[in-house]
Amino acid sequence: MSKRQSSFFRAVRLGVSSLLLHKLRSFLTTLGVLFGVASVIAMLAVGEGASAEAQEQIRKLGSRNVILRSVKPQEQGDSDAEMRVLSYGLTRDDFDRIADTFPGVRRAVPMLQTPAEVRYSDNVCRPRVLCTPPSYKEVTQRELFSGRFLSSQDEESRGLVCVLSYEVARFLFPFETALEKRVKVGEHYMECVGVLGSRTPVGSVLLDPNSEAGGEVFMPISTGRAFFGERQTQIRSGSMDVQEVQLHEIVVEAKRDIDVLPIARACRAMLSRDHDDKDYEVIVPQELLEQAKETKRIFNVVLGSIAGISLLVGGIGIMNVMLATVTERTREIGIRRALGAKRKHIVTQFLVETMVLSGAGGLLGVGIGLLIPWIVERTAELETIVNPSAPVLAFGISVLVGIVFGLYPAWRAANMDPVEALRHE
Amino acid sequence: MKQPQPGKQPVAELTDVTRTYKMGDEFVKALDTFTFTFNSGEYWAIMGSSGSGKSTLLNLLGCIDRPTSGSYRIRGREVSSMDDDTLSTFRGKELGFIFQSYNLLPQLDVLENILMPVMYQDEYPDGIEERALRLAERVGLGGRLHHKPMQLSGGQQQRVAIARSLINDPALLLADEATGNLDSKTADEILELFDELHDEGTTILLVTHEQDVGERAENILRLKDGLIESVHRGQRGRSGATQAFEASHSSVAPHAGDAEAEVVTFTSSEPGRSDADGGGEA
Repeated sequence: MSKRQSSFFRAVRLGVSSLLLHKLRSFLTTLGVLFGVASVIAMLAVGEGASAEAQEQIRKLGSRNVILRSVKPQEQGDSDAEMRVLSYGLTRDDFDRIADTFPGVRRAVPMLQTPAEVRYSDNVCRPRVLCTPPSYKEVTQRELFSGRFLSSQDEESRGLVCVLSYEVARFLFPFETALEKRVKVGEHYMECVGVLGSRTPVGSVLLDPNSEAGGEVFMPISTGRAFFGERQTQIRSGSMDVQEVQLHEIVVEAKRDIDVLPIARACRAMLSRDHDDKDYEVIVPQELLEQAKETKRIFNVVLGSIAGISLLVGGIGIMNVMLATVTERTREIGIRRALGAKRKHIVTQFLVETMVLSGAGGLLGVGIGLLIPWIVERTAELETIVNPSAPVLAFGISVLVGIVFGLYPAWRAANMDPVEALRHE
Repeated sequence: MKQPQPGKQPVAELTDVTRTYKMGDEFVKALDTFTFTFNSGEYWAIMGSSGSGKSTLLNLLGCIDRPTSGSYRIRGREVSSMDDDTLSTFRGKELGFIFQSYNLLPQLDVLENILMPVMYQDEYPDGIEERALRLAERVGLGGRLHHKPMQLSGGQQQRVAIARSLINDPALLLADEATGNLDSKTADEILELFDELHDEGTTILLVTHEQDVGERAENILRLKDGLIESVHRGQRGRSGATQAFEASHSSVAPHAGDAEAEVVTFTSSEPGRSDADGGGEA
């Protein structure tokens, strides 16, 4: 056993010393496999990260939810009327019908959005101002950072209270707590009663309070209707844009997972009947999740093909060089045969050399392949996930490539006529 | 000095060995029903012009080529029927090769090159490294064990090759133009080494086309067109073991059978042997 082992190590050592005779050539030969392996690992890591991020975002929408949103319809021809009220989107009737008549609905939560500046002393930002009932927090699975969310009392009393997202709170109150402070939303002062937790993991870069994901200010929907109304007036570079939207969003939560798709179907049927313009969209996270998984599957297939092709190219490169090496070392083969090497010894020798080449390429490739996601994460701020099986698999495949593409050159070497081989110059 | 060579054993016995090559459309007989016996402890120079069949003979004795017909035995084992693996092992164990261009492996150092034939044996014999060291000392390279061939002169490389050929204590030492690439002084040193090995009882077959190199051997076998042209004594053969030579060849004769040329040359070389330095050339 130990003899056998030592003969294998001897073969590897011999192979390495033979390869080191031509350092540059050996190194260049490994490049094909190196880049193949590195790109596989890096692409997998980035893809895996992107997919995980996408799935996480979808999951945040709530897998039992169906989300209906108002969408501003495509601009019609008569844009001459400068002061025109554009009325579109989901209506309170839509909401009532869904909440009252659809089977399988646990609850439906409306949301009205109003364009308003949010200000505290000199800090001004333009987050999304969302007017919602208290149940919004539950259906969207938001976490509370401090204080409380809107209550049904706030709702009934049309209380001038608001809840800030973590980013907005940090922006308006960099050095103090936001709780019990009076924030100016539009023209009205509102008391901050709570701060929601950030949607991004603790310790990561804070989102922009003006962005869609980061900037949110919540107030009771009754307050919103009473103080801001359903008309949203935005003044942009001289022109006034007035829109009238009754509800910007309805989140429908199903009782069970299997109710989600029937509810989505029913919503689509109802809305397409009642709305002539396509002024709404139906978002079904469960469907999106399926799509994301399908996308990931396709991505993996594409990636697998690319990986396969690049390793194939690398393997052919190795085979090419090994064939040249075999020809070049014909004499050496003759010597070895004359000194007692069996065919299998010659096969082993060249196979080991090919495997050392591809294995070294694989190892370097794994190193670089692990380095790339690390760099990407730091420079492009993309999440990457290195599946532990990826480097192992990539390395294994690279060695396998060595065996497969080494077989033919090794076979050629072993079947040379010793007399001819010794005569070879 | 000279070892007495009492009962000489046949090391290589060839019987009606023919080797035919196909050159284009015609067949060329490189060896034609060749029958001969080489005995242990003998030092033969095999001579002949190119195409005479001397290389073919060496390749056959070296077990890297196979005869078209006929049979031959080395140390009593029938070689012509061995399969490739058995033949390979046999080469490694029983034969030592010395080539014109040394044929060391450039990636290995002196010691590793000497140990090369052992690498391919199934058993790694005990004490083989010590033997390799002794052989390196023996050929005068004890101080350069870890030099690579590139760092050695031609003569030194050939010494490594000789040490390598001896590592398995071979039945036959086959030297193919071993001095062909060396200057005359270095060649002389190598030939002296052969002389010493011969004195120690090694069986040596030296293929050469250089007259003076061949003449130094114990016996000279001259080939022409695949046939034996002549067999006669070389310088070493004349000095001592005349009796042994006679004895061996009387025992060869029955094996050699009806090869006319051999019988003729055998008698013709007879006077050359009794002479002090008579030109034995035919």
